[in-house]
Amino acid sequence: MEAVPLNFVRAVDLKIDGKDVRVPEGTTLLQACKSVGIDTPTLCYLENLTPVNVCRVCVVEVENSRVLVPACSRVAEPGMVVQTDSERVRHSRKLVFELLGSSVDLSTAEPTFLADLERYAAEPDRFDTGDAHGHGAKATVKQPVKIDNDLYVRDYSKCVLCYKCVEACGTDAQNTFAIAVAGRGFNASIATEFDTPLPDSACVYCGNCIGVCPTGALMFKSEHDMREAGTWDESKQTVTDTICPYCGVGCTLQLHVQDNSIVRVTSPHDHDVTEGHLCIKGRFGWQFVQNR
Amino acid sequence: MPAPPEGNPDVDLHLIPGAVASIGEQDAIDAAIGSAPAARHLLLPALHAAQARVGWISPGALNHICTRLLVPPAEGFGVASFYAMFATKRRAPRTVHVCDDIACRIKGAEGLCRSLEQKFGAPGQDANGLNGAATWVRSPCLGLCEQAPAALVQRAGESRGDEAMAHVTLEDVVGAVETGDVRAAQQTIAPQTAEPRDSGLRLLRRVGKADPSSLDDYRAHGGYVALRKALALGPEGVLREVNDSKLLGRGGAAFPTGRKWEGVARNPARPHYLVCNADESEPGTFKDRVIMEEDPFALVEAMTIAGYATGCEQGYLYIRGEYPKATARLQHAITQTRARGWLGDNIMGEGVRFDIELRRGAGAYICGEETSLFNSLEGLRGEPRNKPPFPVNVGLFGKPTVVNNVETFANVLDVLAYGGPAFAASGTPGSAGTKLFCVSGCVTRPGLYEAPFGITLRDVIALAGGVADGRALKAVLLGGAAGVFVTPEELDMPLTFEGTRAANATLGSGVIMLFDDRVDLGDILIRIAAFFRDESCGQCVPCRIGTIRQEEALHRLVAARTKGAAAGARDVGLINDLALVMRDASICGLGQTAASAVQSALQKFPVLSPEAR
Repeated sequence: MEAVPLNFVRAVDLKIDGKDVRVPEGTTLLQACKSVGIDTPTLCYLENLTPVNVCRVCVVEVENSRVLVPACSRVAEPGMVVQTDSERVRHSRKLVFELLGSSVDLSTAEPTFLADLERYAAEPDRFDTGDAHGHGAKATVKQPVKIDNDLYVRDYSKCVLCYKCVEACGTDAQNTFAIAVAGRGFNASIATEFDTPLPDSACVYCGNCIGVCPTGALMFKSEHDMREAGTWDESKQTVTDTICPYCGVGCTLQLHVQDNSIVRVTSPHDHDVTEGHLCIKGRFGWQFVQNR
Repeated sequence: MPAPPEGNPDVDLHLIPGAVASIGEQDAIDAAIGSAPAARHLLLPALHAAQARVGWISPGALNHICTRLLVPPAEGFGVASFYAMFATKRRAPRTVHVCDDIACRIKGAEGLCRSLEQKFGAPGQDANGLNGAATWVRSPCLGLCEQAPAALVQRAGESRGDEAMAHVTLEDVVGAVETGDVRAAQQTIAPQTAEPRDSGLRLLRRVGKADPSSLDDYRAHGGYVALRKALALGPEGVLREVNDSKLLGRGGAAFPTGRKWEGVARNPARPHYLVCNADESEPGTFKDRVIMEEDPFALVEAMTIAGYATGCEQGYLYIRGEYPKATARLQHAITQTRARGWLGDNIMGEGVRFDIELRRGAGAYICGEETSLFNSLEGLRGEPRNKPPFPVNVGLFGKPTVVNNVETFANVLDVLAYGGPAFAASGTPGSAGTKLFCVSGCVTRPGLYEAPFGITLRDVIALAGGVADGRALKAVLLGGAAGVFVTPEELDMPLTFEGTRAANATLGSGVIMLFDDRVDLGDILIRIAAFFRDESCGQCVPCRIGTIRQEEALHRLVAARTKGAAAGARDVGLINDLALVMRDASICGLGQTAASAVQSALQKFPVLSPEAR
């Protein structure tokens, strides 16, 4: 008879906001906070992607650390004393929301994102003014929408540079590597090589980048066109779960339907099979349903 | 040598349709890559080769590089577009980079740039009347502050390569743009090495004395004594001496060198890597350049000792791309030393294996941050990593890595030659040894100075002959753009790690830049803010957007100061709010210090009063 290996997981004791918390070794501060009901805002974090800790909205204060630390990727250590709602934490979170709000079009961002802006009383408008002579006028990432294919559009005026689409296109899901971060600093952007149009790039139209985009910078063309026409109305939409009919993998699809037409297709991020990711057929191959 | 990881063979490469590299580009790229297996870490050298051949990274060249190295073109483009010395749109093969950063600014760089714009047109555009042969661009600090104003000629497709220019006039720069000829070559300015020579020099002892191209001359001036001692002591003995020496890192963070080395030496993971951080780019800093240009063998020897003590067989020397002279001299030194058998598989016949590969940066201040430097070496974008894990555990290629600054390595030779305890006895109890100071700006004898720790700021300024032209001193920038401004009342501050810390200042990289009563600090602050905006890698929100909002607010404040301080109260509030979030929530030291100098100036000087101009 074979020996059965025992997986011992050590417990880590730490303090979060004055409360004693015990978590298994390897737990991140974000998970530890969640385990005691502390709601931490996140933006670049997603359960199905490797943490990149770039947005800094999840920062918390750790005793004896000179700077704040990102909860999404910092692993809990024994004896850590963590504050999630100190003056410094609130200030940094508020400013991060303000900085994003001051430079990015958040009109189609996830509702949780907009709720967090309110929760931290962010006032993005306070960075607005240039003076009368144009000294110090505010820079934004505003630019024309990129529409170069029939399946999805890229509106980088809405991009917060959370790196999620790059991760989904790369080793976290698709391994296609059609896009990467290009340029530097405020001019950094998500781009194909030399900004070549998607049809000339490595893109395979899996749409997994749309699936992880938190701001609507990446959007189904169907949704984009309806928004342009003023007919997009989420209150009139239903979501129906089904299984993708194309191959034997069995991906769960969520069909978003408005006025008896499929307007977009998603898959739940916590689904065992897809982890939220699909392929071109499941994501976009539903036009035949509507051939009436 | 332990082979670094290879490129990703599973990538299904999709190249840019129809883009083919010219034969010249292909040859240059192939020569840079050699017959090595596809390896991502060769991306930066390959991009350098393409840029040096035609003056920009063409789609065809990128296709060729990506095919050879199995790198997805989108990622290759992401890396190429990260660096200021690479152009990803067609640019004239000859590009003159004109420094308009703070030290050059107070020596008239802004006027120089305006004249160039009048003559040649906007920066980056083909210069008027030269048929697309040349252009000029503005540049951040080129590390020639003691010879300001400075410029760098980047010459693609020529055997002459790149060359720095110093003390330039408008005619010099115009000539460089028109013909590529350099009439104002850079020099070495270390006044203590001129006769009568300062007998107390340690780090600069060979500068101006030993021929930097001759290994024999280096030996005749005390070279390779330290390595022999190290080999006699054994790795443990070297670690003991370095620990005993209390040597602290000279790159700015002042971390104990011995602890760093021990952390790597004791780490069971293999291989270990050694990295010399020679990406000196902090505005006002030129100390490492002087060591590398004038005493290159010393750096090679010190790295060898470090590699021996910490179990590294491969060292990387990452030098900033704007230092062509230092690069050439180091490459020569490495080749000479290897030929002598003092680098390679059997150093000094003792069975010790260690070698050094020289890698050029390509114009990115952020790559001086150690984890960005690793990413840059690995062929990724030079974005900093989150810490922990620290480099002693997870560094270059994910392995335990020793990374030290050039000046730190230079000190190691003395630690070995005189013994750790003797080294610890010099300087002050908290700051052992001597320090290099980069003195520039409105000073009589700008240059590189060496003094024991504990010397006051006043005495260093006196060494350099005091404020130039008999003017009154307005302010000193201590530690670089990431440092702080100090007032004339603070000159008795002892220059030690602990002394500057007590005064809420920092030694940083040893920058001492003087501003006299004619300098408009508002203008200097805007330039510092622009520097950080330009050099931010863009990864984290506080730095990416915070640095540009800081610059905008400063523009408004400075424009509004004729209306009195009250007009700017709102913007001062914004700047203070930004300073906090950048310091607290940025990923790396760049963002964390991007507000430091601006904050100190606003607190200590009436920068915003109408009379401040």
